[in-house]
Amino acid sequence: MSKLQQRFLRGEFALTAEMAPPKGYDFTEALETASLLKDRVDAVNVTDMQSACLKASSLGLCIALKQAGVEPILQMTGRDRSRMAIQAEFLSAAAFGIDTVLALTGDHPLVGDCKASKPVFDLDSVGILKLLSSMEQKGTDCGGNALSSTPKFCKGAAVTPVYEPLFLQINKLKKKVDAGAEFVQTQGIFTIEALESFMNEVQRHNIKVKVMAGIIPLKAAGMARYMNENIPGICVPDHMIARLQAAAEEGKEKGIKGLPMNAGMDMAAELIREIRSRGLCEGVHIMAIGAERNVPVILDRAGL
Amino acid sequence: MIVSKAKPIEAVLTMLQGVQKVGLVGCKSCASACAVGGEKECQAMQEALEAAGFEVVGTVLPDESCHKMLLRRELKPLVAAGAEALVSLACGSGCQTVADNVKIPVYPANDTLFVGQTERVGIFHEMCRTCGDCVLGETGGICPMTKCAKSLVNGPCGGQKNGKCEVDPTNDCAWILIYQRLEALGQLHKMEKTLEDHSPRSYPQSVNVREAKK
Repeated sequence: MSKLQQRFLRGEFALTAEMAPPKGYDFTEALETASLLKDRVDAVNVTDMQSACLKASSLGLCIALKQAGVEPILQMTGRDRSRMAIQAEFLSAAAFGIDTVLALTGDHPLVGDCKASKPVFDLDSVGILKLLSSMEQKGTDCGGNALSSTPKFCKGAAVTPVYEPLFLQINKLKKKVDAGAEFVQTQGIFTIEALESFMNEVQRHNIKVKVMAGIIPLKAAGMARYMNENIPGICVPDHMIARLQAAAEEGKEKGIKGLPMNAGMDMAAELIREIRSRGLCEGVHIMAIGAERNVPVILDRAGL
Repeated sequence: MIVSKAKPIEAVLTMLQGVQKVGLVGCKSCASACAVGGEKECQAMQEALEAAGFEVVGTVLPDESCHKMLLRRELKPLVAAGAEALVSLACGSGCQTVADNVKIPVYPANDTLFVGQTERVGIFHEMCRTCGDCVLGETGGICPMTKCAKSLVNGPCGGQKNGKCEVDPTNDCAWILIYQRLEALGQLHKMEKTLEDHSPRSYPQSVNVREAKK
């Protein structure tokens, strides 16, 4: 059983973080970052060419993390692979002891940095989960042929709590859970109210899934404004932007660098602390977007 | 309708390098309707080729440029007039049907875009990916294989914002349209289904309706 599953089973607050493989083949820095996360989180998501920008593969860094004693979560999108290639990746992952995966549809190549790459989307997030569940139950591949050995994974998916119309997210979440998703990590949430109203919907529809609230530590007011305008599902409230802005002004006055990032870490820690103390969901998933070194500090401040 | 647009004339001239006598083949069907292969466009092509020093030995305008038997007869005068190459002003299917009937090179004057709807003259929208397994009865008459940039079968992705697509914010999100249509039709329960997308698996198809009737 995966470390994350054990945590859920014990009813303890689960923690995951997220990191991206480099745009290159040198994993030294990624492994240094991972070593800071080791023993602080239950598992580390490794992104699969996030935002459709070319990186080393998720499987590659997942193997390196596993060998370094860090539990990886293999993210798998349907953007670049047919169902055959997806299943082949999962089999290889299992061979290295990787037991936790996250199924995603993936961003379209046209929003990324290799725009001529052919979009595949043979399977979407639900299709990938179904493929895994069918493999586990029947011991077969995507063509119905018997496998010589069949792995079992702890399966996750993503969900966007702030979405209009929310019916469509809930409808798809139901499909994901029916297809075998045991946990979901949410898009970054910035207010307790956003998480609460989403959790109410999940409960109202009687969806049985472990929810990990997505936490994005903000670095600057500009970043927050940019995300509000450009990233679907992101809604940073004005008072947070004002706090980052005030920190920037204070920093300028006193000649101190890094105050907005520090304020962002405080706000992330406050959210985590409240989510945990009120038991709003089963855990949090921290997406530091390049600032993974801050994750242990945020956890310290959140009392974790 | 098969919607096409004209290639730049320079591209046609480049393909015709080394040739002197050229025949033109238009199409009275789709290519005429989207103004790339009708009488007017054939006339304009003739003028452009003549201005570039080519001899246009003749023009034919079949009812359907994609009809093999029809073309066998229609193309004869062009070959008899000594054409060294033909320029097809039809869609890709028309161009290939012309090429199937002659032993000289055939060059396309158009780029074939999609199976589409004419909103009004000159405005076309892609509507069908010809996947061979129509799901429109489940989706309120809106095709997610065609209208969703990822051909998703389980509802919208997280890239939808204000009802628009992450790939092109001027495009509507197909699944938001489907949701709205199904809601208006009182068929929202159909959203619970997973559709089958057969388009990625498609390979060159043929159909024999005569045999099916027997």
